[in-house]
Amino acid sequence: MVLVFAESNKGNFKKAALEAVTYGTKVANMLGTKCSALTLGAVNNAEQLGQYGATAVYNVSGVSAFDSQVYTSIIADAAKQTGANVVIVANTAMGKALAGRIAVRLNAGLVSGANALPTVAGGFKVRKGVFSGKAIAEFTISSDIKVISLMGNALAPEITGGNVAVTPLSISAPASRVTVKAVKTAEGIVPLPEAELVVSAGRGMKDPSNWGIVEDLATTLGATTACSRPVADAHWRPHHEHVGQTGVAIRPNLYIAIGISGAIQHLAGVNNSRVIVVINKDPEAPFFKAADYGVVGDLFDVVPKLTEAVKTYRASH
Amino acid sequence: MKILVCVSKTPDTTAKISFNGDSTAFNGAGVQFIMNPYDEWYALVRAIDLAKATGGSVTLINVGLAENDQIIRKGLALDANDAVRIDLDAKSAMGTAFQIAAYAKDKGFDVVFTGKETIDYNGSEVGAMIAEYMDLPFISYASKLDMTGNTATIERDIEGGIEVLEVATPFVVSASKGMAEQRIPNMMGIMKAKSKPLAVVAPQPFNDPSVVSYFELPPAKAGVKMLGADDMDELVRLLHEEAKVI
Ligand SMILES: Cc1cc2nc3c(=O)[nH]c(=O)nc-3n(C[C@H](O)[C@H](O)[C@H](O)COP(=O)(O)OP(=O)(O)OC[C@H]3O[C@@H](n4cnc5c(N)ncnc54)[C@H](O)[C@@H]3O)c2cc1C
Ligand SMILES: Nc1ncnc2c1ncn2[C@@H]1O[C@H](COP(=O)(O)O)[C@@H](O)[C@H]1O
Repeated sequence: MVLVFAESNKGNFKKAALEAVTYGTKVANMLGTKCSALTLGAVNNAEQLGQYGATAVYNVSGVSAFDSQVYTSIIADAAKQTGANVVIVANTAMGKALAGRIAVRLNAGLVSGANALPTVAGGFKVRKGVFSGKAIAEFTISSDIKVISLMGNALAPEITGGNVAVTPLSISAPASRVTVKAVKTAEGIVPLPEAELVVSAGRGMKDPSNWGIVEDLATTLGATTACSRPVADAHWRPHHEHVGQTGVAIRPNLYIAIGISGAIQHLAGVNNSRVIVVINKDPEAPFFKAADYGVVGDLFDVVPKLTEAVKTYRASH
Repeated sequence: MKILVCVSKTPDTTAKISFNGDSTAFNGAGVQFIMNPYDEWYALVRAIDLAKATGGSVTLINVGLAENDQIIRKGLALDANDAVRIDLDAKSAMGTAFQIAAYAKDKGFDVVFTGKETIDYNGSEVGAMIAEYMDLPFISYASKLDMTGNTATIERDIEGGIEVLEVATPFVVSASKGMAEQRIPNMMGIMKAKSKPLAVVAPQPFNDPSVVSYFELPPAKAGVKMLGADDMDELVRLLHEEAKVI
């Protein structure tokens, strides 16, 4: 049995959860077994996980604020109750805090941040990016139970079936030793790790008051904004927008880099993007080597033109 | 407060990545190694300040061979009090966490710090695993940590924002950017570090359930397509028709 922990936020599934169920279903098919999904606390429309291939959807009620110790205890118990030999979580902030704990609890080998399906001929092998995307490592897991955390955007959620009724699981949780006081997130925008389109800008912007053209392009595309590290360090942009080795690592479908030189530590966080567009006035900027499309020009000229072009295109499609 | 800081050694951020002949191990020849930036800039610096403010102490721990002593000494020069090295070339995050937990279990540490992740394997695994072995709360990706008595108020990074929480000691915490500012050891620190205690401890037996069996470099990019500043309609067409991303 494959068990997927389907993470939700304020009762709604994250895209990462749907990806994880899709991935779990494919792993179950490879192993000739079935995939079940586990939801915790009050979740809207948990039945829909059946559409992504889960043949059973479980819910443990009465679970509230996140605590890795409490969640681990519940997920590990659910794995035992359902006879799971593969446990999958998404490689989100929550998943990363859980995966290692669950693996220790279940005496299981872990691969965190897997970016492809396992192979099972000659051992259970899972691949992931290492050295900040500069290499790929294949891990072999030798334990009976395997734990995988799945990198975001590694595959797209796939609808293959219909809703499945939710089965309550009765599992008692230990008391939490952590008290969550507040959660502060920017409302109405897709968080960077989940964004499919990202518009990012760097020191070439010269001044925080110039960000209007970046925001216009992002809004027109429906993209999330990001920035380079010096820009966040100078408080030109909020800290959570900083991408790269020491910031958020992202893998959107499209990454547009504006006035960013493309230092190796910046690339480390963005080089898994599917398509990269670089706008820079310096034709020698290192970023062009990592780009799919490049525009050499003054960003204050190019970016508004690109926004207009997107608007024209959107109007005619 | 008695604090344990887990420090690891990684290739410098600009190091060229290559592997040995049969692609089963990283080729460290000619590579400059550093203390993992998250461990040094964020976890260790914050731990030292907390220990100073509360009259406590900071112990460094590393799982690795004698070649790591240089990095451990740098941590001591930044003003940690003493250090422990578990003499093992660990084969996995779980092996590393197991050894650290086995050492720390009965030593009465109030806080165990790790970095957010090592910049080579990018696992973000060791902290959570230590916490599970020690049956302690684990707070990941903390960007701010303040103590009042034995209660910590922590801000941790989550998707698109932060969570604020409270937890009482003992606990395990992983440090991300924002926790502290990078600091450079001074001459006095470097001198004093030479005589600070660095204990070498034998590892406990452990069977690693997940190990790297093969490395590979990613396929090269096809090459960049250049467009002029006045070709933005064409760029949008390419993004739609060729790249299929919008
Ligand atoms: C250990 C370590 C970790 C790091 N981690 C990160 C990280 O996570 N993320 C990160 O981003 N950096 C990181 N850095 C910093 C990194 O090395 C670079 O210094 C940083 O990425 C540079 O930011 P930038 O590209 O915005 O600025 P710059 O390098 O100053 O580049 C600005 C670019 O804008 C262009 N430009 C200027 N004016 C215009 C104009 N009018 N029109 C068009 N283009 C223009 C310039 O040609 C230039 O290429 C790290 C460094 C270290 C040592
Ligand atoms: N060999 C090691 N010795 C001591 N601490 C380590 C070691 N490897 C990793 N760590 C700690 O665990 C953190 C997370 O590492 P990782 O799980 O590999 O991303 C690092 O930032 C260190 O604080």
